[in-house]
Amino acid sequence: MAEYKIQGATGEWEVVIGLEVHAQVTSNAKLFSGAPTQFGAEPNTQVSLVDAAMPGMLPVPNRECIRQAVRTGMAIDAQINRWSRFDRKNYFYADLPQGYQISQLYHPLVGEGAVEIEDGGTTKTVGVERIHVEQDAGKLMHDQHPTRSYVDLNRSGVALMEIVSRPDMRSPGEAGAYLRKLRAILRYVGSCDGNMEEGSMRADVNVSVRKPGGDLGTRTETKNVNSVRFVMAAIEHEASRQVDVLESGGRIVQETRLFDPDRGVTRSMRSKEDAHDYRYFPDPDLLPLELDDAFLDECRASLPELPDAKRQRYVAAGITPYNADVLTAEVETARWFDALLEAGAAPVAASNWVASELFGALNRLGKSIAESPVSPKQAAELLALVADGTLSGSLAKQVFEVMLETGQDPGAIVEERGLKQTSDTGAIETVIAGVMASNADKVADYRGGKDKLFGFFVGQTMKAMGGKANPGVVNELLKKALDE
Amino acid sequence: MADLTDLGVAAIRDGVRVGAFSAREVADAFIVNVSRAKQLNAFLVETPEHAIAAANAADAARAAGETLKPLAGVPIGMKDLFCTRGVPTTAASHILEGFTPPYESTVSQNLWDAGAGMLGKLNMDQFAMGSSNETSYFGNVLSPWRRSDGGNAPLAPGGSSGGSSAAVSARLCPGATGTDTGGSIRQPAAFTGISGIKPTYGRCSRWGTIAFASSLDQAGPMARDVRDCAILLEAMAGFDPKDATSLHLDVPAWEHGLSNSMAGKRVGVPKEYRVEGMPEEIEALWQSGIDWLRDAGAEIVEVSLPHTKYALPAYYIIAPAEASSNLARYDGVRYGLRDLPEGAGLQDMYAATRADGFGAEVKRRIMIGTYVLSAGFYDAYYTQAQKIRTLIARDFERAWEQCDVLLAPTAPSAAFALGEKSADPIAMYLNDVFTVPSSLAGLPAMSVPGGLDKAGLPLGLQIIGKPLDEQGVLNAGLAIEERAGFTARPESWW
Repeated sequence: MAEYKIQGATGEWEVVIGLEVHAQVTSNAKLFSGAPTQFGAEPNTQVSLVDAAMPGMLPVPNRECIRQAVRTGMAIDAQINRWSRFDRKNYFYADLPQGYQISQLYHPLVGEGAVEIEDGGTTKTVGVERIHVEQDAGKLMHDQHPTRSYVDLNRSGVALMEIVSRPDMRSPGEAGAYLRKLRAILRYVGSCDGNMEEGSMRADVNVSVRKPGGDLGTRTETKNVNSVRFVMAAIEHEASRQVDVLESGGRIVQETRLFDPDRGVTRSMRSKEDAHDYRYFPDPDLLPLELDDAFLDECRASLPELPDAKRQRYVAAGITPYNADVLTAEVETARWFDALLEAGAAPVAASNWVASELFGALNRLGKSIAESPVSPKQAAELLALVADGTLSGSLAKQVFEVMLETGQDPGAIVEERGLKQTSDTGAIETVIAGVMASNADKVADYRGGKDKLFGFFVGQTMKAMGGKANPGVVNELLKKALDE
Repeated sequence: MADLTDLGVAAIRDGVRVGAFSAREVADAFIVNVSRAKQLNAFLVETPEHAIAAANAADAARAAGETLKPLAGVPIGMKDLFCTRGVPTTAASHILEGFTPPYESTVSQNLWDAGAGMLGKLNMDQFAMGSSNETSYFGNVLSPWRRSDGGNAPLAPGGSSGGSSAAVSARLCPGATGTDTGGSIRQPAAFTGISGIKPTYGRCSRWGTIAFASSLDQAGPMARDVRDCAILLEAMAGFDPKDATSLHLDVPAWEHGLSNSMAGKRVGVPKEYRVEGMPEEIEALWQSGIDWLRDAGAEIVEVSLPHTKYALPAYYIIAPAEASSNLARYDGVRYGLRDLPEGAGLQDMYAATRADGFGAEVKRRIMIGTYVLSAGFYDAYYTQAQKIRTLIARDFERAWEQCDVLLAPTAPSAAFALGEKSADPIAMYLNDVFTVPSSLAGLPAMSVPGGLDKAGLPLGLQIIGKPLDEQGVLNAGLAIEERAGFTARPESWW
C-alpha cells in the first residue's frame, strides 16, 4: 500500500480509519412491515400502520431482508450466526415513530468477515467486525412551512445493513478502495443498489491519529457521509484537524461530527458527554432469529460469482489485469461481458474491444452499459466477423458505428452496405497493377531502396478498394508485385 | 320470560340457536342494563348499534336457515385496550383521548367473525397498569359488590380488567374480553366472583391490542363460568401472522373437551404460596379447593416453586422496562393528545404532552423502566430479572414432573376498598403475588370463584397449567365450579 503519513511539526502521524456503512437492503418491503420501499415517492405514501407506530401494531421480520443480509455476509466470507436477536435502541425524535429503532446490538446476524482491497497496486485485507440489520428512520423537512417541521415516514422502517469494519484502514485511498469494493460486492450480490446519491449507502467514518506504532488515539465519528469522494475528503480533513489539535497541546474529544461537503470540513455535532443513553434491550415483540440449514443452503446457492473470483477467471483466460479490473468493477459491466463471452467471443479480443471500442462509444453517447444500443450477442457477432477475416479492423469500426445508430445486426449491415472485406487475390492483384501503373515513379523509387514507400502502396490499394480489401492479403500481394 | 341478562354465553348461544328467544331480545336486554349502570362507570363507550347489528345478523341467519356462527347472538364487552375500528380506543388514558383506530385488533375481529356483538368499550386501569381500576383517566370503576358486614365503602373491581369484571358480575354483559400481564384477568375475576382465563402466551394475537409489556401481555375471556370462558377463548385464540410471538397452532375444541373428572390427574399445591399474613379465609378456601379436586378424583401432591419470592420484584422490573419503551410512541406527533405550548420546540412538546397525557402510575412505571434499562443499571436490574424469569420457568418445569396442574389462591385478599391501597404502590403491587409467576412463565392460568369471605365478598381459586394445556386448566376449574356451588351475585344498588 502507498504510505500515507501526515507530516506534523512533531513528525509523522499515522491515520487509523474504520467505517460503518449503512446499506439499504434491496427488498420490495420494509424490514418489519409490508409497506413498499420505492425511492422518491410522495411523502407518507409508503407507510403502513406499523411504520407509523400506531397503537397495538407489531413488527414481523421480512424474510427477504434477512436473506439479503445473510447472502451479503456469505459474500465477504463472514460467520453467519444461526441465532441472532433484535434489540430496541430507545430515543425520542420526531422521525422515529416508535420511539425506538429496532436494531441488533448484542447478537448480530453476521459476525467476522473480510474484504480484499487494492490500492496503488498492492492488496490488503480489511476486517469486517459484524453486519447487523436495523430499521431506518423517517425524514424531517424543515423547509415546507415558516414555523413548522414536516415528517415524511416513507423511509421509516426500511431495512438497513450496518456493515462495521475493523479499524484496518490507514489512508483516505484505502477507505475509498474499501467503499468501492464493498459497493461492488453488494451490487454483485444484489443486496443493495449501492446508490449513494439516493442515500441507499452511506458511511459513518471513524478516524483517529497516532504516532506510527503508538497506541490508538481517541477517535471521532463523522456521520452519514454519502459519497466515496466525501468520505476520503472527510478523513483527510479530520486527520489533519486532529494532528493540529494534538500538536498544539489539545486533546481529541470522542464526539460525533458532521461533514460539510461545501467547505470540505467536519464539524462537531455532539460530544460523548451529551450522547444518548439508548437503553438497549431485546425487543420483546420479536422472537430470536434462528436460521436452519435449508435457508442457509439456499442463500449460499443463490450467490453469484463475486468480483475477486471473476477477476481471477478473466486473468486466467489471458485478459490483462488492467482490463480484468475494469471489467469487474461494476456488476453491469461484468454481466455484459460474461454475456459476450457466452455468445462465443474470444476473451482477449473481446476484453480489448469492450475496454476501448464499447466504452469509448458509450462515453461519447453518455450511456451506461445497461443502456448500450448494442447487445452482447450483436457484439459477439461483430467480433466473429473480425476473427474470420470478413471485416478488417477499420471496417469493423464502421459497422459498429452503424450498429450504434441503427441497432441492426452486424451481418445485416455488412450485407446491406457491402462492407465485406475481400480476400479475392485476383481482384486485389488487378487493383495493385493499376496503382503501380499510375505511380511508376514511386515504384522505381521503392525498388531503388525507398522501403518506406511500401505503406504508400498499401494505402493507395486500400483506398482504391474502398477499404474492403483484407490488409494481410494486400500486404502479401503488394510485396510480391513490388519485389518482382 | 326469565331475565335474559341472567343467562351466560352458552345459554344465550343455545337459546338463540333453538329460537327460545331472538338475538335482538338478548342485545336489547343487555343494552338496557348497560344504560342503567352508569354509576358503575364500567363502560367508557357504549356501542348499542354494534350489538344490535350483530344480533340482527344472527336473527336473519337463523330465519334464513343458515348455520349460526359460534357466538351468534352473544353480545360482549370489549376492554378498551383492544383497538376497534371506528370506535374510540384510549386504554383509559388521556394521551389517547379522541383516538379512533382505523383498524380492528385480531382478537376483537375474531370475536366479530364468530358472530359476537359489542355492547361497548370497557373501562380499565390506564394502559393496563393497576390492580384496582383507580388509574383510569376516566374515573375508577365501582365494583357491584358491597360488603355485607355494614361497611359500605365502594370496592375495587380489581384490575386492570376492572370494567370487564364489574360488567360481567353486574349482568351488563354475559362475557367480556380482558388482558392479563401480571394478573389483570384473574385478580379482577376473583374480586367479582366470576371466571377468567389467561391462556398460554402466544395463544391470542397481540396485534391491535395496545401494548403494556409485550413479553407478558395475553388476552383472555372473563365470564360467569368455566364453559363460557372456554367458548369465548376458542373464538379469541388462533395463530396470527401479524404477531411474531403468536403460536402457530390450531385452536383446540376446549368446550367440547370439557370434563369434570380429575381421575388420574395430579394437582400440585405449591408450598411457597403460603405467604405470611394471608387471611385465614383464603387458607380455608384453598383447602376446600384441594378437597374438591380430590373429590373429583385427583391426587394431591405438595410441590415446591423455590423462586416464587423473586417473581414479584422481577416482574416489576421487566414489565416497566418493556412499558417504558412501548409507551414511547405516545409523543404527540402523530395521534392522540398533543400539547404544544406557544413557541415550543420538539422537546417541549414531548414533555408537555407526556406530562399531561399520562397518569401518575403510568409515569411511575415509565420512570422505573427507564431507570432499570439505563447504562450502569441494566445488568443489576434487567439482566438479573431475566435470569430470575428463567429460574421461575424452570421451577414450573420441575413441578410438571410431579403434577398436571397447580392450585393456589388467586389473590392474597378479597376486594379492597377504593383508595385503600392507592397511596402505597408496593401494597398494590403485592396483590399480584400469586398471579405474576405464571405470567412470567407464560403459562395458562385461570381464576374461578370458590366462595365468600366473612364480609360476603367473593374469593377466587387459581389453577395454573402446563404450556398449552388450557384444557387441563379449564377441566380443573370446572371440577371446582361444580363442587363450590358458587351462586352469589351482587344485589343491584346502581
